[in-house]
Amino acid sequence: MLTRRWLLGAGLACVTLPGALRAAPFSELLASARGQTVYFNAWGGSDAINGYIAWVGRQVAERFGITLVHVKLTDTAEAVARVLAEKTAGREEGGSIDLIWINGENFKAMKEQNLLFGPFVENLPNWAHVDVAGKPTVLMDFTEPTDGLEAPWGMAQFVFIHDLARVPDPPRSIAGLFRWAAAHPGRLTWPAPPDFIGSTFLKHVLYETIGDPTRLRQPADPATFEADTAPLWTALDTVRPHLWRQGRTWPASGPALHQLFEDGEVDFSMAFNPAEASTLVNEGRFPPTTRTFILEQGTIGNTHFVAIPFNASAPEAAQIVADFLLSPEAQAKKQDPTGWGDLTVLAVDRLPEADREGFDALPRGPATLAPEQLRPVLLEPDASWMTALETAWRDRYAR
Amino acid sequence: MSGLRLVDVRLAAAGRPLVSGLDLLVEPGEVAALMGPSGCGKSSLLALIGGSLAPGITASGEVWLNGTRVDGLPAEKRRIGILFQDDLLFPHLSVGENLAFALPRTVARREDRRRRVEAALVEAGLAGFAERDPATLSGGQRARVAMMRALLAEPKALLLDEAFAALDTALRQSFRAFVFEHARAARLPVLMATHDPADAEAADARVLAPWAAGSAAEGERKRPDS
Amino acid sequence: MARPLRALTRGGRDPFLAAPWLAIALFAAPLGTGLAGTLLPAFGWLPALGGAAFGVAPWQRLLAMPELAGAVRVTLTSGVLGTLGALALAVIFVAGLHARPVFAWLRPCLLPLLAIPHLALAIGLAFLLAPSGWVARLVALPLGWDRPPDLATVNDPAGLALALGLALKEAPFLALMLLAAAGQVEAPRQLAVARSLGYGPGEAWLKVLLPQLYPQLRLPLFAVFAYSLSVVDVAIVLGPATPPPLAPLILRWLNDPDLSLRFPAAAAALLLVVLLAVSLGGWRGLERALARWLRPSLGRGAAPRCEPLLRVGGALSAVSVVGLGLLGMLALSLWSFAGRWEFPALLPEAWSTRSWSRALPLLGGPLWTTVWIAALCAVVALVLVIACVEHEALGGRRPTHRVLALAYLPLLVPQLAFLFGFAVLLAYLRLDGTALAVVWAHLVFVLPYTLLLLREPWLALDPRFARTAHALGKGELTVLVRVKLPILLRPVLIAAAIGVSVSTAQFLTTLFAGGGRVPTLATETLAMASAGDRRSAAVGGLVLALLPLVAIALATAWPRLRARRRQGLP
Repeated sequence: MLTRRWLLGAGLACVTLPGALRAAPFSELLASARGQTVYFNAWGGSDAINGYIAWVGRQVAERFGITLVHVKLTDTAEAVARVLAEKTAGREEGGSIDLIWINGENFKAMKEQNLLFGPFVENLPNWAHVDVAGKPTVLMDFTEPTDGLEAPWGMAQFVFIHDLARVPDPPRSIAGLFRWAAAHPGRLTWPAPPDFIGSTFLKHVLYETIGDPTRLRQPADPATFEADTAPLWTALDTVRPHLWRQGRTWPASGPALHQLFEDGEVDFSMAFNPAEASTLVNEGRFPPTTRTFILEQGTIGNTHFVAIPFNASAPEAAQIVADFLLSPEAQAKKQDPTGWGDLTVLAVDRLPEADREGFDALPRGPATLAPEQLRPVLLEPDASWMTALETAWRDRYAR
Repeated sequence: MSGLRLVDVRLAAAGRPLVSGLDLLVEPGEVAALMGPSGCGKSSLLALIGGSLAPGITASGEVWLNGTRVDGLPAEKRRIGILFQDDLLFPHLSVGENLAFALPRTVARREDRRRRVEAALVEAGLAGFAERDPATLSGGQRARVAMMRALLAEPKALLLDEAFAALDTALRQSFRAFVFEHARAARLPVLMATHDPADAEAADARVLAPWAAGSAAEGERKRPDS
Repeated sequence: MARPLRALTRGGRDPFLAAPWLAIALFAAPLGTGLAGTLLPAFGWLPALGGAAFGVAPWQRLLAMPELAGAVRVTLTSGVLGTLGALALAVIFVAGLHARPVFAWLRPCLLPLLAIPHLALAIGLAFLLAPSGWVARLVALPLGWDRPPDLATVNDPAGLALALGLALKEAPFLALMLLAAAGQVEAPRQLAVARSLGYGPGEAWLKVLLPQLYPQLRLPLFAVFAYSLSVVDVAIVLGPATPPPLAPLILRWLNDPDLSLRFPAAAAALLLVVLLAVSLGGWRGLERALARWLRPSLGRGAAPRCEPLLRVGGALSAVSVVGLGLLGMLALSLWSFAGRWEFPALLPEAWSTRSWSRALPLLGGPLWTTVWIAALCAVVALVLVIACVEHEALGGRRPTHRVLALAYLPLLVPQLAFLFGFAVLLAYLRLDGTALAVVWAHLVFVLPYTLLLLREPWLALDPRFARTAHALGKGELTVLVRVKLPILLRPVLIAAAIGVSVSTAQFLTTLFAGGGRVPTLATETLAMASAGDRRSAAVGGLVLALLPLVAIALATAWPRLRARRRQGLP
């Protein structure tokens, strides 16, 4: 293990020199991190997540003397754009962002443009607890290798949410959902892409309509994209008049869809966190009869990460925070369904006894599926598919 | 030379002459009356002397007070008191505070200031009114407070800009007497702008009408009733 | 003339000479560099992003955007209908109700309604009008609906909900401006004359006062229109998402990782300016046509049918402007404490303080930031405006007055058109992301509102008060502090409170100048509201509304307490 990590680190160091030179041994980081302020740019649309980040802020202030400021984004792309703008303006240090909650296309964009600090991840002491074998997506973000440039934070899997009292036996395929919508007009919708819930829903439609899903492991081919996605657009065009608001408009985000579900305007919601529905039941927002399900073909699972921009003002403190986010204590707290309920990236069965108890003691919410029910897990398609899909979506539906 | 002296004062509004070459000496204790209809330049002449000429009026000449040339000084340094047609008591201050506002800084002790205010109120026949809201006083009472306020600032000259015009006949007589009595006692040169000959008669004043011919005639046309 | 007087006015000193220039520098720098910073990239020049040649490529790309046509349509619909609606509501409100006893009760509601930030009111309105909102629930009970209707009552594709929100929010502003203008003409006497000639109170107001007051209403009206075109926060809450109005669309492009989108974004920002200019030009033409068309009716004599119509209209506008404002705030309060609240229940089935206990610790920091930035902006604007107006009152130097009229320009230029360029200037000065930059950016908008509210009452103060005080031996500063400020305490405090409210409501300016690093209540609340979680949006909206309301309450209560002892004050 040690050797492999060392080799990987050394190999990467040759590729990305400036960052590697700055990655100091962890013990030295602690001293220089004290007193620093970390601007953590993270999507701010959920009370539960904001509350968890605030808890992290109190912990790192107490333990390491680090001030954590949560810069609440409506879309992670905003942060990517800002770092890119800073690079363009020649600001090589003293940048405005120290830590970003990121994955997928945004990570790929930042990695390709050399906007990231590191590799730093394997330097983090808590990296040792990460379930690399059981959760391969902690090293492979969509189809992009993480290369130690982003530290895993949580596991996500797409689930559909329904109310047993209204839809006792929900259809377990996209085609089934669309048939159900035709029979129940106005009761189905999804967030408008590029919102990530909406985009992920489209990916499931793509998985079911493309014929050969292995094609999605490769980049989309512009020459055949039109033909590859023709069945998808046929399916969407057919269901569109039966959607909520006759498919003329879409909710703006996942939480907006939750609100529609809570109000009874639609009968299905969606989430990238299997425990989210239970959290909302506990809060009294969703009815107690709320349940979740996945499709027969499976649903997309991925990992979300934190990364440090190349020009971060406080890269030392940012690494300390990233390590704390990986600690068994912080991971267990995050998985608590009465709070955020986000699944851990750690190998819980290999944790020391005391740490494992923290996870074992967690309740599983009424609407949360057991881990064995969350199979199969689909891999994220290559990011190029999503980029092409979003453009085509805008062209057809955003007019 | 004591008194208020004007040397070759000229006034013009938008190129139209109002006063051309006025020389005048008002001695301490003397009252001079500027007579003329509205718009002839009375108020502008007083404003020039007091130091608050409106923009748009051009002027030249010299203003002397007790041997000092004052036309270069800001209004607050000239020590020339003024009373208008309205009493202009400050609405946010009590009667006593209005009077205390006028006291020079040299009266420093709080006890002295209070005593001076009390004395002024007694003089105005308003003993015990210090805490009152000016809005609750009668017109005659307010006018007397305004005069006492002007005097408490220890002016070296007094300007009256239609100061009696807003009062009814009975009040006007008594307030005129009140003003001139106090001005003479303080040996102030008084320059009074009025369109009412009775004001000048009551003060036994020297009457002046130094207006450029055209302006007076025009004023006449504007206000045939005065 | 012979020997010139050494002093023509006040001994020739003007301690406020520098004030207009300082004020102008404060807003001209952001405005000028900002517009240039938008104009250049709109034609392809932005070296930092590899744009080194002028051309129309950004426009070609903009025209090829699939959302563009829809976005322009929604922007114009909501902007024009919102502004006309606000004007109609304000005029009918004042004309129809000014003579009725209820007006004494309604008029004080206008200032708080003006002070509540747009975003807070928009969130409240959305709670009322949504298919699952209160209005639908009231209908649902008798009709036996158990599901909300599938009707786009908010976020509708045409932008009508957005237009309604803008009209309701801006009507109090225009009504206040009308009433302030009416204070400068001899309104009561003119109305008395008109009524003695047989006109009803409403008709008299419309035919006698409105034609006189309209010229003074033009600037606020145009400001409302400019604001409506470039508003982002209200558009996100009430406007359609696909396609959105231009302003949110531009913001989305500016935030895109694909930096080349900044070229069409700049072109679109410029397009906003063009749309504004064309619309305002069209409006002036319409004004003339309307004047020509309506003038004969002025001389036609009293019409008996007009009065009842105006009364009903006045009542309706009062109900919609004041009533919806109050109901919206009530709905915000309920949602902020709601546990489970299923459709179509009129009240929550369960109550919970969870939303508050979760949000408050997160809002503490932004609240404090908002308070001190708003207070600093209000005070700086007050000092500058008073100095400028004193300078004006002291007379003479006309040119600076005209330059000062430029201070209203930030109200007439769509914010997005210069904020992008202004952010570049801030980055150049290394001020981006600092609270100082945010204060500066807010001042650009606080200053004109303070000027708008304070200039007339200040200049209307009888100058003989100051002359009397000077004659009593008091200098300029003493007169200012001990005479003018206390007499004008009420308008000064109200201008300050509106300054606080304008600063509190700034969303785009904070976002651009603060670079996301200066979280204020407005940015946090929009993040909560756009996420769609109604309960936390309600908490955010309430906290956001609270600060300006407290400011207005203080600004009106203090002079009123004083007025008990001093009846002569205005």
